[in-house]
Amino acid sequence: MDNIAGTKSSLTWATHLSVLVLVLLWLIPTIGLFVSSFRDRDQISASGWWEAPFPVELTARGRTATEATLEGDVYVVTGNIYDDPEAQSYFPGGGGEVVAFGTSGREPGAFPAGEPVEIGDGETLVVNADGTYEWRTTEEPDRGQRVYFAAESPPDFTLDNYEQVLTADNMTQAFVNTFIVTVPATIIPILIAAFAAYALAWMDFPGRGVLIALVVGLLVVPLQLALVPMLNLHNKIGIGQSFMGIWFAHTAFGMPLAVYLLRNYMVGLPRDIIESAKVDGATDFELFVRIILPLSLPALAAFSIFQFLWTWNDLLVAKVFLPSDDASKVMTVKIADDLLGSRGGDWGILATAAFVSIAVPLVVFFTMQRFLVRGLLAGSVK
Amino acid sequence: MADLKLTDVEKAYGSVQVLSDINLDIKQGELIVFVGPSGCGKSTLLRMIAGLERITGGELQIDGQVVNNVPPAQRGIAMVFQSYALYPHMTVRDNMAFALKIAKKSKDEIDAAISKAAKILQLEPYLDRLPKALSGGQRQRVAIGRSIVRDPKVYLFDEPLSNLDAALRVATRIEIAQLKENMPNSTMIYVTHDQVEAMTLASRIVVLAGGGIAQVGTPLQLYQKPENEFVAQFIGSPAMNLLEGKITGTGDRTTVEVKGGGTAVSDYPSTDADMGAEVKVGVRPEDFVTAEGDQYIFEGKVDIIEALGEVTLLYFETGDADLEDLEKGDAAVIAKLAGIHKDLRGNQVKLGADPSKVHVFKDGISLLYREGGLARTATMKDFNVSKH
Repeated sequence: MDNIAGTKSSLTWATHLSVLVLVLLWLIPTIGLFVSSFRDRDQISASGWWEAPFPVELTARGRTATEATLEGDVYVVTGNIYDDPEAQSYFPGGGGEVVAFGTSGREPGAFPAGEPVEIGDGETLVVNADGTYEWRTTEEPDRGQRVYFAAESPPDFTLDNYEQVLTADNMTQAFVNTFIVTVPATIIPILIAAFAAYALAWMDFPGRGVLIALVVGLLVVPLQLALVPMLNLHNKIGIGQSFMGIWFAHTAFGMPLAVYLLRNYMVGLPRDIIESAKVDGATDFELFVRIILPLSLPALAAFSIFQFLWTWNDLLVAKVFLPSDDASKVMTVKIADDLLGSRGGDWGILATAAFVSIAVPLVVFFTMQRFLVRGLLAGSVK
Repeated sequence: MADLKLTDVEKAYGSVQVLSDINLDIKQGELIVFVGPSGCGKSTLLRMIAGLERITGGELQIDGQVVNNVPPAQRGIAMVFQSYALYPHMTVRDNMAFALKIAKKSKDEIDAAISKAAKILQLEPYLDRLPKALSGGQRQRVAIGRSIVRDPKVYLFDEPLSNLDAALRVATRIEIAQLKENMPNSTMIYVTHDQVEAMTLASRIVVLAGGGIAQVGTPLQLYQKPENEFVAQFIGSPAMNLLEGKITGTGDRTTVEVKGGGTAVSDYPSTDADMGAEVKVGVRPEDFVTAEGDQYIFEGKVDIIEALGEVTLLYFETGDADLEDLEKGDAAVIAKLAGIHKDLRGNQVKLGADPSKVHVFKDGISLLYREGGLARTATMKDFNVSKH
């Protein structure tokens, strides 16, 4: 009686384990990006995101003061390196313990803190852990001594990255532009593809098989192939680089997958329902609108999620088919050109931009996923 | 509410002929049952009448009008599918209203039609439910309701009960019979492979086999006067026994010497030309009675007994039949005797039958149907399909 159908398999734990592993695999980089988006760029380059709650050792530089007291024939300059505005700028959250110091940018942490060192010309320098320093020199100082030092910086979480990304020039415009591109580029292909899929699934006409094969064939054609010819065509017929142009481009590029996906779903709908509607007098159009479309919601939702994400994240097609002026930049282009282009290697901005642009797709996914239901056909046929 | 006329209707898929020579006259108010083994084309024929399959030859008339190329919706038919085919995203009410809305009927008309149908089918409490919240029987009633509201000329039922469990099947069968009684003028065509459904519901049965019509007649005609071996064996359970023999006496009555010793006398007439012809004698198991003396049709040793109380089934050993034939129900001779006869097992038993209940088939065709224009050209070869 152990093996009767419906009892739990003893391998359930394996399923659960692999699901957990997959979830972690997917989640870890995301969490990393998320944590990084709240960190300062210096902290990001100093330590990994998983060390974010701990202090980071940062190297900074400053300059000593010049007010010296004369002790014998030696001028002594004392003070705290953290009083220097340049040094302060490295530690917006307040400086921590100084670990080491040095006098050259090449070796910023050459000497341990608290230990007086000869720095040439009979000068000595010591920087203590709390930041106080003593600089002894035989000449009256007219310029402060350059001090490099490594200090612990306390963990510092900031919204500055978000402020920077969101308030960048024309960011709102870029956000709106992305919507202007994405929404029609999702709806138009679905509308066209749904009609085509119905015809390919349920209407008898010569050449249907060839058309289906053609659609499947087009699935494997890389879109880069069509970029230039299509742009040429757009220019010739007067659309040029414009929002309408990018709608057409996205529609064309999304169409094979849309038709294929929807046709395969529709062809699986029970034949009896369709014939019943035909006997009831429905024309193909009525049948499509009143029976097929409502029953194809899961497939429509699935494809619209795909198409939305793909157009939302798209950079290539936007670069090619949209004008490059500021007013028609979409978010991806804006982030790539304006934010990263001028700040290469700014991981904080990159992570933040990723999270800003992920927000809308997440909302879309969670609102659409309730349409991805099973059992839509329950009760119709046995 | 109309007559239906099929003339030489044919159906072919490419070069494969699945139906041919279908000639049928269906009168208004009849309930015609298409019955036959799996794959005999009965559902195809129904779908051709519905307009869901193209008619590749011949002519279909509804109400005197040729409708070969008329789309389903304009033929004035309504169809109940085996799988119910309800629209899963619509309530029962919307399911029934669908056809009427398509036909752009007024709201009052639709409401009236629905409440009338719901009343007949006792669906009133369920009108606002979705199909998934209904039981199988209720779903089938909704499917029937969907056709009733359209008030069609012809109702088509495609094995409507085969998805229901046994108890529900009987109940729904009776409901359909009542429905027919309430609508005496409506024409119905009903496809089934279940001969009980066929026998109980039909005003006439059309037995389809091997791509053609094997016989058309009332249920009792088919039972009492089967036209050929196929119908003889298809109608009735257990199937009719067929015994090989040779005609030894002709005239108003026919005498056949049965292979293996017995002699059968049938009320079927024969001509002198039939003398000596190889024929088959058909006797239904329930028509056998025990016999004494020389007047017997079959003699054999009782192999197995199935005592059902009201009747007892005797399975006889036949010389050349092995177990496999027995399982198929072929070749074994079966008798169904009233009452309890448990003591007969292993005994040698002689069986006879009333001459009016002895059928004689020559070349697969009953002797009765050769005379008076009843003759048909079909031979058993045409019905070379396994019994259901």
